[in-house]
Amino acid sequence: MKLQQIISIVEGQVLVDARVDREISCAAASDLMSDVLAFAEPYSILLTGLCNPQVVRTAEMADIAAVLFVHGKIPEAETIALAQKMGIPLVVAKAPMFEVCGRLHQAGLKSCDVSCRLARL
Amino acid sequence: MTQVTRLQELLYEVKIGEVMTRKVIHVTPQTPMAEIRKLLREHRISGIPVVQEGKLEGIISIEDLINTLAESAMAATVGERMTRNPVTLREDEPVVVAINHFATHGYGRYLVVDGKGHMVGIVTRGDIIEGLLKKLEVEYHEEEIRRYRVSHIFEDVVSDRTSIILRYDIVARDFKHAGEASSNIKQVLTRLGAPLEVVRRAAIATYEAEMNIIIHTTEGGEIEAEIQAGRLILRAMDRGPGIPDIAKAMEPGFSTAAEWIRELGFGAGMGLSNIKRCANEMKLESPDQKRTCLEATFYLDGKKQESPPRAESGERPPDPSN
Repeated sequence: MKLQQIISIVEGQVLVDARVDREISCAAASDLMSDVLAFAEPYSILLTGLCNPQVVRTAEMADIAAVLFVHGKIPEAETIALAQKMGIPLVVAKAPMFEVCGRLHQAGLKSCDVSCRLARL
Repeated sequence: MTQVTRLQELLYEVKIGEVMTRKVIHVTPQTPMAEIRKLLREHRISGIPVVQEGKLEGIISIEDLINTLAESAMAATVGERMTRNPVTLREDEPVVVAINHFATHGYGRYLVVDGKGHMVGIVTRGDIIEGLLKKLEVEYHEEEIRRYRVSHIFEDVVSDRTSIILRYDIVARDFKHAGEASSNIKQVLTRLGAPLEVVRRAAIATYEAEMNIIIHTTEGGEIEAEIQAGRLILRAMDRGPGIPDIAKAMEPGFSTAAEWIRELGFGAGMGLSNIKRCANEMKLESPDQKRTCLEATFYLDGKKQESPPRAESGERPPDPSN
């Protein structure tokens, strides 16, 4: 699914604009960055309510393609600055986490495969 | 919105002054019209700029010449017959401005002036294409040379054991700079041409180790990345307080982190098991239970993978059907 589609499905507002035509492989939703580092797949989108710069650092390390903040949370200025530097698009959606996940899942976006991770532990 | 190509960026970066032709035949307003006929024919051009003390006064074209002939006014000077205020471009404008002009007006060339209105050159479509191609060629060569240099460093340098060591001091509780060391190490590995999948695993492990030092230590510590031919050895060393029960610390979900750290998105007890999962080999020691030494090894050739979970996903392009 293209990032552009995801933005329109969640009625998102683009905070850091970068290549919205990029393809998103799957989604990871969490406020725990350690979890994200453990199961997020490359080219995925991270859905989170956490707003600090570590969200962007996590995306950078795990090759996550975009970050979507839920519940209308606008991230800190430092977070936005870091995302601009790293070329990682940031989007904010008004809807809460459950609603955002529901809409995207219904539209066919898959989850980064946690069971696969557990099986290999 | 589509992805901006390097060529599109260049249209804004490259200035007209960089691609224009500087030597331009020109005349003065005092030049007799009789001479214009000769100049146009000799140089096979359709117009000549008229310049007085460096300043562009106008342009004299074939059309002006024909009109002068028709009116039998060949005794006149250029100044009396020229077209005043020709459309000009400024040398400090990006080439995209010139391209827009070529697209909207039908002219084949534009005179270029500096900030004071002095003529400095002339620009055609051909000049722009040639200038952009040269720029792209230079950039391509620079990138080629840079790639060659980094990827061959281990072959070119002769020693029994060559390695590059990157060291970063990590300050306890310094969340502001958290991740900078990992970011730098990731960039170096990418530069050195390590497979993307290995770079990703190493970056995640380094970041976890860096966060551990920031969150759990009292005195901070050091991250060291030693890159050898074919392998990366990551060392995270701190000066306390140490880990009393290493086996327990390795259990996924076990954490001693305070609530405020969890609020920052860390301290879920996944860090060490995540590092182990990402690395090809891992050693964790806490001598005297005072300090902690973590050593994780990554095989950069990507061949000797023993247990690289999700390793294959690193280079897999996203499935468009998702």
